[in-house]
Amino acid sequence: MQDEMPQFEVVTRRGLLLGGLVAAGGAAAVATSAAAQSMQGHDMSAMAAEPALATDPYAAPPAHGGAHGNMMTVGEVDHAANGFDPSVLLTAWDTGTLSTTADGRVLRTFEVEAVDKEIEIAPGVMFPAWTYNGRVPGPAFRAKEGERLRFVFRNFGSHPHSMHFHGIHSWRMDGVPGAGLINPGEEFVYEFDAKPFGCHLYHCHALPLKRHMHKGMYGAFVIDPDPALHPEFEAVAKSRLLGTPENANWQELVMVMNAFDTNFDGANEFYAVNTVAHAYAVQPVRIEKSRPVRIYLVNVTEFDPINSFHLHANFFDYFDTGTSLTPTLKTVDLIMQCQAQRGILEFSYRDHESGMYMFHAHQAEFTELGWMGMFDVVEA
Amino acid sequence: MTDAAPTANRPSAPRWQRISWFLLPIALLVAALAWIVAADPLKSFNNGAPPVEALTYERVVLDGSGIKVQVRAGGSESMTIAQVQVDDAYWTFTQDPPGKIARGSTVWLSLAYPWVLGEAHRVNVVTNTGTTFEHEIAVAVPTPEPTSSQLTAQGIVGAIVGILPVAIGLMFYPALRGVGQSGMNFLLALTVGLLAFLLIDMSGDALELAAESAALFQGPAMVVLAAMASFLLLMAIGRWRGTPAGLALAFFIALGIGLHNFGEGLAIGAAFAAGSAGLGTFLVVGFAIHNVTEGIGIAAPILKVRPPAWSFVALTLVAGAPAVFGMWLGSLAYAPQWSALALAVGAGAILQVIVEVSSYLIRSNKGQGSALYSPAALGGFLSGIAFMYATAALIKI
Repeated sequence: MQDEMPQFEVVTRRGLLLGGLVAAGGAAAVATSAAAQSMQGHDMSAMAAEPALATDPYAAPPAHGGAHGNMMTVGEVDHAANGFDPSVLLTAWDTGTLSTTADGRVLRTFEVEAVDKEIEIAPGVMFPAWTYNGRVPGPAFRAKEGERLRFVFRNFGSHPHSMHFHGIHSWRMDGVPGAGLINPGEEFVYEFDAKPFGCHLYHCHALPLKRHMHKGMYGAFVIDPDPALHPEFEAVAKSRLLGTPENANWQELVMVMNAFDTNFDGANEFYAVNTVAHAYAVQPVRIEKSRPVRIYLVNVTEFDPINSFHLHANFFDYFDTGTSLTPTLKTVDLIMQCQAQRGILEFSYRDHESGMYMFHAHQAEFTELGWMGMFDVVEA
Repeated sequence: MTDAAPTANRPSAPRWQRISWFLLPIALLVAALAWIVAADPLKSFNNGAPPVEALTYERVVLDGSGIKVQVRAGGSESMTIAQVQVDDAYWTFTQDPPGKIARGSTVWLSLAYPWVLGEAHRVNVVTNTGTTFEHEIAVAVPTPEPTSSQLTAQGIVGAIVGILPVAIGLMFYPALRGVGQSGMNFLLALTVGLLAFLLIDMSGDALELAAESAALFQGPAMVVLAAMASFLLLMAIGRWRGTPAGLALAFFIALGIGLHNFGEGLAIGAAFAAGSAGLGTFLVVGFAIHNVTEGIGIAAPILKVRPPAWSFVALTLVAGAPAVFGMWLGSLAYAPQWSALALAVGAGAILQVIVEVSSYLIRSNKGQGSALYSPAALGGFLSGIAFMYATAALIKI
């Protein structure tokens, strides 16, 4: 009897342990299946329907919390009402309309309108923006080195505006007061040659500059190299030139790092790439692992001296300002840009496992205030 | 001849006629409001400016599930909370009840945020217009929960700062019984002095809390009006059957001090909940010493009468026990406007006993107002204020 009693106890404890393991395993299985379900499309509306992401704030977030756990904005932005979708902006290039000048050169003409527009910059948060063509950032213009460019600019906004291009042009085309800065209701035509090739930007240069910048008047301006002018790097130049078969193999994305000071206190409340905070965390950017990735990255963040781009689990080559065909930085996973600095990032997930790969500013504050996204790397 | 007809003799107007004289202005008011809403004569003032928004944090609860805050909307229109930051990071949150927040109503925001014990956190609400409302949690500690052990512990602290010192003060009763008229004057003036200090202290605290509360409560006006109302009500009750003296006056003093101790309990409880003051032994002892004079003050008017023994217990409880309830309420249901209201009512009660004790002092000197300025009375008054001021240094951090 006395021998059996402890034995019984041991068995009971083992039984309890076993039961606990089974329960834990079951919970894990449920969690895994939940992860598998909600990872598809990473739909925030489905997540909002759940009572709470994690009941224990001190526990590591479950897999389906993505890499952000509870550190997220709540809800979804109405992209249709905004008139632009950050996921579409990534690849939406404005190539203008082509014609020929009297002396036989290619003339590329772009139409741009300045309009006031209230936009939703984060779920439920409206911002009274000043825009080019009703979107923030403005159109991502793309041209080829050496073309003649013409920008027909009409100001339908409530304040004077201009287009100031970072490029090589006459003082008369500079978009500063006295040179293409126009009043509401007026029109101006900027005309210059597309040079130098690279990843550039344009923005309004009306005063006060800070206000016109952070209200949303900026955009990317990319000039592709002409392969004929760079025989020593012809293959590279071809891969950069939109419309060539070499270029079609690349997955090109345009990302404008911006931020919004919604309470106008001189510090930003929301940080993002292409305006909408957490847009690419809610809707990850699909990347086919077999094709290389090229990002045209521009920083227009106002109030903060620098912004940055950090790629998780991978390294990239960087072409500062995009004005060279060989990288200015090789094999890095982080670059910094001051305001108006820009460059081209090239990398590949060819040898990676499929899955979610994060990218964000490596100022943790910017990340936590919305500048964070995911690449959904898939087999293809 | 019609002029000479006395109005009193004129038959009063029929009831329906009198009622209609009431209804006419009300009908006009309703019609005016309807016209203003329908025709919108203020349209021309609409300059496109966004509505004024206001949000007041009333409660913060920290526990194992994260941070919960109760906020009250107070803008020109109902408002919408779009996002919530904690320490400059957007955090998922739930709002209860969800949706737009009507002017004057409150909602709870729950955030599964892993707050860090003893450190500071900032909660920042972003509305749909991008306006932000920040609240600092100066020192994060778990919010007390109404468990029996928690309530017992707080009750003990409340008893130490409220009941114990009053009981000790009252125990001077036998020793003080033998004092002469000038000794009596000294003690009564001492009571007035300590009450004057409490009045100043309490009014300051009430106004400070009122400033933290939502604008629609009109904090400062609420404090002044509540104090006045409580003063007048207590004066009226006290003088229902002649001016209070003896045991009745002692009970009024106990009531005033009790309301003050309730406010003190609220403050300690709230500080406890907010983690902004560690309830050190030093602080509790300070409160106990500070409050001993309260017992002496209560004893002063009954020195020349022989009250029954139970009345000492009752006086102690009336003056001291509210500190316990204050502790419980302050740590569990802290909202600045209600604390301000309680303190204001207490300030009115203190003012009432200042008036009554002074009047009692005069009466016990054969109605000579000059007794107030006798060396004994002035000395007592100033000693009372000085003692309270000096011992208050122990409890001000």
